Amino acid sequence: MTPATSQPVGEPGGTPVAAAVRVRALDVTLDGTHVLRGVDLAAAKGEWVNIIGPNGAGKTTLLRALLGLVAFHGEITIDGLSDRRRSARARKVAYVPQTPVIPPGMLVADYVLLGRTPHRGVFAAETVHDRSIVAEILARLDLGGFGERTVQSLSGGERQRAVMARALAQQADVLLLDEPTTALDLGHQQDVLELIDALRRERGLTVIATLHDLTLAARYGDRIAILARGRVAETGPPAEVLTVQSISEHFGASVRIVDDPEGPVIVPTTAASAQNGDQP
Amino acid sequence: MGRGADLSDPQPAATLRASGLRPGPLAAGLAAVVVAVTAGLTIGPVDIAAHRVALELLDGLPGVTVDSGLSDAHSAIVEQIRLPRVILGLLVGATLSVSGAAYQGAFRNPLADPYLLGIAAGAGLGATIAITSNLGDGAGMLDPVPLAAFAGALVSVTVSYAAGHLGGRSVASLILAGIAVASFLTACQTYVLQANSDAFRQIFAWILGRIATSGWSEPALMLPYFAVTAAVVLRYRRALDVLAVGDEEAAALGLDPRRVRMIVVLAASLGAAAAVSVSGLIGFVGIIVPHAVRLAFGASNRAVLPLSILFGGAFMVLADLAARTALAPAELPIGVVTAFLGAPFFVLVLRTSRREIW
Ligand SMILES: Nc1ncnc2c1ncn2[C@@H]1O[C@H](COP(=O)(O)OP(=O)(O)O)[C@@H](O)[C@H]1O
Ligand SMILES: [Mg+2]
Repeated sequence: MTPATSQPVGEPGGTPVAAAVRVRALDVTLDGTHVLRGVDLAAAKGEWVNIIGPNGAGKTTLLRALLGLVAFHGEITIDGLSDRRRSARARKVAYVPQTPVIPPGMLVADYVLLGRTPHRGVFAAETVHDRSIVAEILARLDLGGFGERTVQSLSGGERQRAVMARALAQQADVLLLDEPTTALDLGHQQDVLELIDALRRERGLTVIATLHDLTLAARYGDRIAILARGRVAETGPPAEVLTVQSISEHFGASVRIVDDPEGPVIVPTTAASAQNGDQP
Repeated sequence: MGRGADLSDPQPAATLRASGLRPGPLAAGLAAVVVAVTAGLTIGPVDIAAHRVALELLDGLPGVTVDSGLSDAHSAIVEQIRLPRVILGLLVGATLSVSGAAYQGAFRNPLADPYLLGIAAGAGLGATIAITSNLGDGAGMLDPVPLAAFAGALVSVTVSYAAGHLGGRSVASLILAGIAVASFLTACQTYVLQANSDAFRQIFAWILGRIATSGWSEPALMLPYFAVTAAVVLRYRRALDVLAVGDEEAAALGLDPRRVRMIVVLAASLGAAAAVSVSGLIGFVGIIVPHAVRLAFGASNRAVLPLSILFGGAFMVLADLAARTALAPAELPIGVVTAFLGAPFFVLVLRTSRREIW
C-alpha cells in the first residue's frame, strides 16, 4: 500500500508535472462514428479529476480507452508506461463500470477476489496474501459480514461497495469510476464519494471519475474536464470551469450558480423564472 | 456505512473463505460414482453380489490373485460385458456434463448445452448420411457411423464459430450462428431421411442414444477425448469464474475473454462430439447435472466443473442401468431414460433449493 498523501498533487489550473495518467491526441472511432477527437487529458498522482459532459459526449468511451478496451489512435501513458498488455494494465488501472454485470450466484468474497486476477494470473489459486488483502478491503468498506452472501442479494449501495472493493483489490494506483453515484440515493452518493476521497488520501490513488451531478463534481475532486462532442472543451478547477455560460453551452441547461463555502452549487432555473428576469 | 468510516480491524484472512472444491462435495461425488458403479456391475439379468464383484475386480489387477468365487460365466459377465459398459457410461456422462457446464460458463447462459453450436445436428446429419448410404454397420473403431457423426459435429462447431465471429464475436452472435447452423443441418438431415425412409428406424435408434459396448473398443475410443476435454476445461475453471462478470469487466481484469471462450468451447465441443458419435444424442445430461450441482454446492466453476464430471458419470451409469433393466430383456433408448429420470429429479432439486444460481 502506498503511504497516505494528505494533499493532492495537482496544480490548480495548470498541467500536473508528474502525471500518473496522460492522454495525448486521443482519437477513437467506433463503428464509423468518430467518438473522441484529439482528447488531451492528464491527472497527477493522487489527483482526482472529474469528467463531466452531456449524455453521449464520450465519457465512458474515454475511460474504456484508458483501460485498453477500445482501439485508439494517440498516446495513453499510465505511470509513464504505454504498455498495452492487458494484465500489466490491470495491475495499474482499476475500473468501476457504470452498470456492473452481476454474476449469478457468485459470493461476495469470490467476487472481490477476482480483483486479484491480474496479480496472480488466471490459472493460479489465490494465496493467503490475496485473501488477507481482500479481507482487509471488505472490512474497510463495511462489507466484513457479507463475504458469503451472493452479490445478487446485496442492496444497491452494498453492491456499489462490492464493485469498489473488487477494484481496490487490484491495488492499482489509478481508479476509473464511471458514474459511481448514478443509481444511489443522496446519502449513499455522499458515502461513496467520501469513501473514494478517503481511500485516495490513504493510498495515494489517482481518481478519474465521470459524474452527472455538477454540484457533487465541484465538491469532490480537484479538477473538472468538460467533454463535449468527443472533445475536451474546458478543463480547470471547478469554480473556473462551471460557469453559467459553459453549462448552457455544453449541457443546453439553464442554471444559476450559488456560491457556497465548499464550492459552487448548480441550481437549475425554470423557464418562468427566466422570463421574470429572476436571475442573479 | 458511516461517513468517514474509521479503519476497523482488518478481518483475519482465515475467516475469508473462497469457493472451491471442498472435501464434502468431493466426497459426495466420489460416493455417487461408487454407488453407481456398484449398481451397474451387480444388477442385471443375473444379480451378482457386490463383494464378489469387488474381489473379481481385484483379481483383474496385475499381480493380484484372489478367488472371487464367481463362475467363469459370471466373471465374464462382470469383466467383459458390464465393466466396459459402466466405464463407457461414466466417460460419456462425465464428458457431456462437464461440456455442458463449460458451455454455460463460457456463454454465460443457463440454457447452453453441448449441442448449442450444432453438434447434435451435425452429428445427426453425419450419422444419417453414413447409415443411408450403407457405408456399413460394423462395430468398433472402424464403424463409419460414429466417424461420420464426429466429422459432422466438428464441422458444425467450426462453421458456427466462424459465422459467429463474422457477426461481431459477441456471445449472442455466436449463439445465433449456432442456431442457424443447427437448423440448416437439421433441414439437410430431414431431406436425406425423407429420401431414404427405409432407414428411418435405424436412424431414429441412433438419435435416441445408447450406451452400448462391444468389448473395450468404445471406452478406449472415448477415454482420450474425455481426458483432453476435462483437462482443458478444468484448467480454465478460474478463467470461467472471471468471465462471469462479462467480457468487458473480465478484460479490465486482464483476461482475454474471446480467447478463453474459444479454447473452452472448442475443448468442450471435442469431447461432446466424441460422446455423441459413440453413444448417439443423449439429451438433458449437459444441462441437468451442472445445474443440480450448482443448486447443491454453489455456482463457482471451481466446484461445478469437477463435480459435474463425478455426478454426470454416476448419473449416466444409473440411467443406463434403468435403460437395460426397466423393460428387460428389451432396452429403452437411454435418451428417453435421462429425460424421464432427469426432468422430475431436476424439478425436485429446484423446489428444495433456496440457492440463487442464475
Ligand atoms: N460500440 C459503439 N459503436 C458505435 N458508437 C458507439 C459505441 N459506443 C458508444 N458509441 C457512441 O459514442 C458516443 C459516446 O458514447 P459514451 O462514451 O457512452 O458517452 P457518455 O458516456 O458520455 O454518455 C455516443 O454517441 C454513442 O452512441
Ligand atoms: Mg457513459
